[in-house]
Amino acid sequence: MAGAERAFLDLGRLDRLAYADTPVHRLDPRAKIVATLVYLVAVVSHGKYEVSGLLPYAVFPAVLIAQADLPLGYLVRKLLVVAPFAMLVGAANPWLDRVPLLSVGPITVTGGWVSYASILVRFVLTIGAALVLVATTGFYGVCLGLRRLGTPRVMAVQLLLLYRYLFVLADEALCLVRARGLRSFGRRGTGVRVYGSLVGHLLLRTLDRARRIHTAMLCRGFTGEFHSLRTLRFRGADWAFLLGWSALFVVLRLVNVPRLVGALFV
Amino acid sequence: MSHHIVEVTGLEFTYPDGTPALAGVSFRITHGESVAVVGANGAGKSTLLLHLNGVLVPQKGAVRIGEIPLTRQTLPEIRKTVGMVFQDPDDQLFMPTVYEDVAFGPLNLALPPDEVERRVRTALERVGAWDLRNRPPHRLSGGEKRAVAIATVLAMGPDILVMDEPTSNLDPRARRRLMDLLASFEHTKIIATHDLDMALELCHRTIVVHDGRITRDGPTAEMFTDDELLERSGLERPLGLRACPVCGSLPMAGLDAAEGG
Repeated sequence: MAGAERAFLDLGRLDRLAYADTPVHRLDPRAKIVATLVYLVAVVSHGKYEVSGLLPYAVFPAVLIAQADLPLGYLVRKLLVVAPFAMLVGAANPWLDRVPLLSVGPITVTGGWVSYASILVRFVLTIGAALVLVATTGFYGVCLGLRRLGTPRVMAVQLLLLYRYLFVLADEALCLVRARGLRSFGRRGTGVRVYGSLVGHLLLRTLDRARRIHTAMLCRGFTGEFHSLRTLRFRGADWAFLLGWSALFVVLRLVNVPRLVGALFV
Repeated sequence: MSHHIVEVTGLEFTYPDGTPALAGVSFRITHGESVAVVGANGAGKSTLLLHLNGVLVPQKGAVRIGEIPLTRQTLPEIRKTVGMVFQDPDDQLFMPTVYEDVAFGPLNLALPPDEVERRVRTALERVGAWDLRNRPPHRLSGGEKRAVAIATVLAMGPDILVMDEPTSNLDPRARRRLMDLLASFEHTKIIATHDLDMALELCHRTIVVHDGRITRDGPTAEMFTDDELLERSGLERPLGLRACPVCGSLPMAGLDAAEGG
């Protein structure tokens, strides 16, 4: 279980990165959220065989990482943690789609392999951008920004509490798993039935805790709205950031830059 | 300031599953008093506490804070006056940073921003946690969490502090710090606890609850030397009132009732 524990501690580090003070950190969360959103839509909307056209998009996370002074190695490790999902999603493509698309010398590349590569590139770009967003804005900043952008209150509040209690939930789950481990020997005691009861217990504890937290919030005058001392101000720099990057994404969506550059040299 | 008076009369409460929790509880706590509520597990302490700021509303009987009777309409007013510190600080600290957590209550009171900032600073300095203001609550130690949880309540400017097991799960040094902190408050304090030594030190008066009823209400030192009462209520004499386990000498307080050991 040490692995899971470390993963959670690491998540805290992502949040701490957001306390830094760089031009990117100082931008209004809304500018970063909307720019990232435009970015995601642009990346995802490309055709399924697109690979070369996606590559220039890497400039967005790359520039932000450099400007915000983020530790690249750490972000790459975070990417790798979720990588198995992306690898699974497209894993069947090479088998299903065997139409030859291009050939390099004696090797013929099928459509399945190209679309698989496309999925992996998109994964790196989108998750990378999301990580950079959280690392430069903080989870709270993101929630606050979403709220000011008109996200329903319930959603913003849920996101915020989800993040806060992720750690507590993980602790409680770890306790249960340890307690099971101490009283099960070898395979015995780790079967599906025990697992079911374990999850059920966790759910009950969660409900209890939710009730207590709600009570504590009511005691301090909670009426459903999270007020904040932070005032968001959308300045010139925010507009420049938002419009500049968005314009670039639109251009990248419409023009395949690598092919264009390639054509210049042919 | 009659605001500080807590008056409970004939309070009864049964949980929805039929478990009776309180069966006619009455007491009156006046300005500046420091009162311990003790009793075995399941005696009804927590249920009683939850009535004092309207988390639970009386099924029978009444709760009055100052001149205000506790009803659904007066809840906001009551909750401003009665600050509640919960047993598990993790339940109470839900914002991303300590600062924002302490500001949560004052912001809900719709105070102007500079007043909110002043209150947050005062409250955090009062509990010695100003340096922790930018930390996320889940990364604090047990003692720090407890201190911050108290600050979140202080920032609301309550006259009465209600605390559930404030010293539980603390190491001895953190417990001592917390007790010194509580001793320095001039608020009316109501503390539910199993830590009878803490009660002996901080509370001149103790209410013993057993099976949803008050079995005794009086001066703490007197009560904690009444072995028959303690036995009946599922408690035992605090260490501070027992003969020394090493040399056998009698404690300083409550000599008259100590039978020797």
